[in-house]
This record gives sequence, C-alpha cells and structure tokens, in this order.
Amino acid sequence: MNPIDRIFEGEMLDESVWLEIGEFCAYLRVDRPWVIELVDAGVLEPRGPSPDAWSFPASALTRARATERLVNDLGVNLAAVALILDLIEERRQLERRLDELERLLER
Amino acid sequence: MRYKDYYQVMGVPRSASQDDIKRAYRKLARKYHPDVSKEKDAEEKFKDLQEAHEVLKDPEKRAAYDQLGADWRQGQDFRPPPDWGKGFEHSRGPGGAAPGEFSDFFSELFGQHSPFAGARGTGRAGRGFAAAGQDHVARVEIDLEDAYRGGTRTIELRSPEMTPDGHVTVRPRTLRVSIPAGVTDGQQIRLAGQGSPGIGGGPAGDLFLEVTFRPHRLFEVAGHDVTLTLPVAPWEAALGETVAVPTLGGSVDMKLPAGARAGQKLRLRGRGLPGSPPGDQFVLLKIVLPPDSPGARRLFEQMKREVPFDPRADLGQ
Repeated sequence: MNPIDRIFEGEMLDESVWLEIGEFCAYLRVDRPWVIELVDAGVLEPRGPSPDAWSFPASALTRARATERLVNDLGVNLAAVALILDLIEERRQLERRLDELERLLER
Repeated sequence: MRYKDYYQVMGVPRSASQDDIKRAYRKLARKYHPDVSKEKDAEEKFKDLQEAHEVLKDPEKRAAYDQLGADWRQGQDFRPPPDWGKGFEHSRGPGGAAPGEFSDFFSELFGQHSPFAGARGTGRAGRGFAAAGQDHVARVEIDLEDAYRGGTRTIELRSPEMTPDGHVTVRPRTLRVSIPAGVTDGQQIRLAGQGSPGIGGGPAGDLFLEVTFRPHRLFEVAGHDVTLTLPVAPWEAALGETVAVPTLGGSVDMKLPAGARAGQKLRLRGRGLPGSPPGDQFVLLKIVLPPDSPGARRLFEQMKREVPFDPRADLGQ
C-alpha cells in the first residue's frame, strides 16, 4: 500500500503516560548515567525514590531533547539548561496571560 | 545548486578571526536557537547558521571555501570546481554535522562524498555492521478545532538513509498520521518504526511528532482548558442576562451573575478539549459600551442624574 493511502495511528504520549527509566532511556536512545545527570541538575523531576524506581512524565522527553540541543548548540551547562527551560515555561505562561489581557483591551 | 555565503550568514567579514567567528556563532545561536527563539523562521535560520559555522570554524574547510573566491553571491548558481579539495591534507576527524540536515551546497563540498568527509559515516556500513535507524522528531502545527475533533495530518519528512555502498542520501517521505481528539499543545505522538530504516538489519528508528497549536482567533489554550474573552453590554453584566457563548462544540447559553465585573472569569465545566476528565472553558468578561447614538446618550444622561456613582472614590483626591 502506498504510505500516503495509509493513516498511521501513533501512541499518544499524554500526561497520563509515565515512562520507567529503562523505557525513557530507550525512547531517547541515551544511557542511564546521562538521565541521572539531568535529574541531579534539576532538568528532570522523576517520580520514585531511587533511579531503579524512577519514572518520568512523557513531557520529560521534550525537555530532555531540548537539553541535548542546548548543550550541543549553545555550549551551556546543565544547571543553566534547567534555568533556561524553567524561564521558557514561565515566559509561555506570561505570554498567555498577556494575550488574554490584550483581548480584554482591544475593541 | 546555489552558492551559500557563509560569511553573510554569520554576519562577519571574510577577514574575521576564528575568535570572531566563535563569538558571532554564540551570539546568533542564542538569537535563533529554536528552543529559545521567538524569531520568525528561527529553525531555518539556525540550520543555516550551523552549516556556516561547521565550515568556518574548521580552518581547513574555511581555507578551501575561501579558495572559491570572494565574487560569489548568496544564492548564485554554482558548480564546484573539478579540482575541489585538492592540496588539502584532511584530518578526517569525526564530523559533527548530521548528514541530510544541511544544504546541497554543503553536502557537495563538505559532505559524505566530498574530500572532506570524516571517518565517521563512511566507514560505518562495513560488512556485518548493524545499527538502529535514526529517530526523527517532527513538529506538527494543528488548529485547535483539529485537537477538539481529531483528524488526519499529512507530514513531509526528509530522512537520511544509508545506501548499500555506504553513502548517505536523503529521501523525502510523506506520511498520513491520525491526530486523536484531545491532543494538547506540546504533546507528543510516537510512531514506532517510522524513523529512518536500520542499517544492516538493525531495527528502524521511531518518529516522534510534537504537536503545537496555531494561535486561535477566539481561544487561548492551557493544557485541556480554553479561555474565551466575551464582550458583554453593560446592562447584560449589570442585570445578569443570559448570553450566547461560542465553545469548541458550538454555541451555548450562559447566565451571567448579576453585577458581573469586567475581567471576571466564569467557568463552563467540561467545555474545553476532550480528555478524562475533559478540560473546562473559561469565559473572561469584557464590558463594551454601545456606540454613540442619541438614544444611548439620553440614557447615559439619565444615569448621570439618577445614579450616585464616583468611580474615582478610591483615589482619595
């Protein structure tokens, strides 16, 4: 079948999906020590008491990928990445609030 | 193919030192990095920047590029000279750039077929060698209505692939993907095995789609919740009238509380994006005065006479 005729159904990685550390590493194709480094730097916040029992929300995949890009492309360290990602999230929330307020003001 | 003016891309003169190039890269990378940038076409500009930097940061590649001469203009039709790369002693270090990400100009002059190809990549497809294919991450922009109802999206991908003789080529590919109802901004959809094919019998990579929403004319979105700014007349707010409110599922009637204020947020439970539980719709009230008319003016005059009200009482002057 021509791929264009086929409709692919993907796996939804929504907020209900939590990945165990092994799965999380496999989805990102990274090693466990890298993930532990990200947690130590505060980039990722897993659920669970120890690395073996950690699980991550699906949104952590996006965060981990952005971290890899920021480290490689901008040469920043992990502590700075954690700060950058938090500030980006804060900026997103402020933009949303600003948009709401602008809609209130415009005629 | 088109000539790329790497100096122009990086905004430095041809005489720039390696330090100048490093500084220019850092500065522009902060400006255009797709993870932090708010610039239009940031992704495209960042890719151009990376390509320019890949060449100019490497003294060998830069010297070879400079030998093409200074008379070429950005975008001019270009063929590489037949003796391209001759006379350079290539260090063959590991190449940092991912094949297939950069322009034809780069691939031809510095890519896998060029005299500058690094040891990495060309040596990979030896006998008995197997590796998983590359994963792909693609962004998909959808409308809020698609997220509400679900739908399909056609996605164009460019996958680098290894040919049997060990060269890397880029193959365009089109996929139709189902977007389920209730998907949220920033959410991912994983398509196992839809990344690049594996090498030497290795498994194919995966495709991750990152969904983003286009800005909507009426609604702001946060997770599964949506917010609508609703214009109401002063008397509708004052008297607590029932008004028609647009929602993603169609118009619904909402009773305003009497004495509603501008900026007040009301909730329509379960009227946001589908999910378990579904999101809510928030309605932000905006009080709008009627346009000027003799009738409106007469009634305002009457209110002025009959309603004791000082909106500036709290200013204490």
